[in-house]
Amino acid sequence: MAMENKQQLLDYVIDCLGQLVAEGKTVKPDSDLVNDLGLESVNVMRLLMMLEDELDISIPINILMNVKTPEQLVAAIEPLIGEQ
Amino acid sequence: MGLYDKFTRFVEERQKFQVSGINPFGTCIDEIYSATEGRIGDKKIILAGSNNYLGLTFDAEAIQESQEALRLQGTGTTGSRMANGTFGSHLALEQEIAAFFDLPTAIVFSTGYTANLGVISALATPDAVVIIDEDSHASIYDACALGGAQIIRFRHNDAKDLERRMQRLGEKAKEAIIIVEGIYSMLGDVAPLKEIVDIKRRYGGYILVDEAHSFGVMGEKGRGLVEDLGVEADIDIILGTFSKSLAAIGGFAVGGKQLDVLRYCSRPYIFTASPSPASIASVRASLRQVGHSTALREKLWSNAHRLYKGLAELGYKLGERVSPVVPVMIESKEAGLEMWRALVEKGVYVNLVLPPAAPFGMTLLRCSVNAAHSDEQIDAIIRAFAELKA
Repeated sequence: MAMENKQQLLDYVIDCLGQLVAEGKTVKPDSDLVNDLGLESVNVMRLLMMLEDELDISIPINILMNVKTPEQLVAAIEPLIGEQ
Repeated sequence: MGLYDKFTRFVEERQKFQVSGINPFGTCIDEIYSATEGRIGDKKIILAGSNNYLGLTFDAEAIQESQEALRLQGTGTTGSRMANGTFGSHLALEQEIAAFFDLPTAIVFSTGYTANLGVISALATPDAVVIIDEDSHASIYDACALGGAQIIRFRHNDAKDLERRMQRLGEKAKEAIIIVEGIYSMLGDVAPLKEIVDIKRRYGGYILVDEAHSFGVMGEKGRGLVEDLGVEADIDIILGTFSKSLAAIGGFAVGGKQLDVLRYCSRPYIFTASPSPASIASVRASLRQVGHSTALREKLWSNAHRLYKGLAELGYKLGERVSPVVPVMIESKEAGLEMWRALVEKGVYVNLVLPPAAPFGMTLLRCSVNAAHSDEQIDAIIRAFAELKA
């Protein structure tokens, strides 16, 4: 799927996260993946795989060092789209 | 914020498992009687959750040679391999490992973890790309992070997914370092190495194989999965441990002549004390056993088939292939804990493994067999699992 802009990508990330977090949790662009959403490492990895499949890119896991929120994740992976 | 506050969630999670009964993540085996039996509290137990695949921890020759080394060379080397920690026996073992694999160079490390950390971190520098199986051991992840390389994961044992990732790398694929394991420690399955070698032939790159759980277990001579599949010529470095089939502690890397340079570039090799002489001596004795006879491997696989068949007939969900590692997949952490405690009560010790140590969010009762288990002991393990269903 081609992501035409950053917002579209963010919406997609939030949608994926919605499938991974516990029922009742609301995912916002600035939600902390671990502290607010209770996302375990296995689900963070699942999220990366979902994005890789959808965007047809490989996401180095090193980016996770600086990613705490969906919007930070989008900022980290956006440059990879089109590069690969 | 307190020094340990960041671990609050972790502590709360673990406390659930410590409310009553034995803690599965800190079980003390109070006495060890043999390669297959010990005591936990007042309960005599069958050890069905170790990595002692050939059952050599009480091998008479290994013990005798280890005692002799202790008497003649002392309790420890008190130094790193680069300083005063290389004794004649370390070099002799390196030559024996190289000869065993029919490769030019072997390097001995202090543990299997350190072998991975030492070799991979030295090669996986910030300008490198490593592609690893998502179910890789923590030592592989840690080594890649220590080296600073770009880390890309591919789906577990999915050669097509690996190929997609190699394609995306373009020219960089020629220098990519692919890292896989022989037998995977939790699910007991094996890397599709033939397909991975085929990818290397078409795209380039290098392949490192961690044979921690397959050395001594697979292959005609016991060299591991690489030998079993006949792909030795395409593998750049094999990594392994002394703490499983070789029944001691330490690790190794074996490969081409150029491997030797890592002695001068690998911090985990340079800045840690070398294995004790007693450990090296027992490893040398056990390595001879691996090379001289196939009987232990045959008994190991016979036991693996017996346990797998027995548990499958009981209706347990198991790993996809017969292996000395037999993972029983449980629906929840709570059920896993309850079953683990019941098994100990029935005299059987297995490993309770939870995510992230267990892959894909699974809860596992990880059983492992060894060559020293008798048929009666395997049947007793199966009976204990049967009683859980009663």
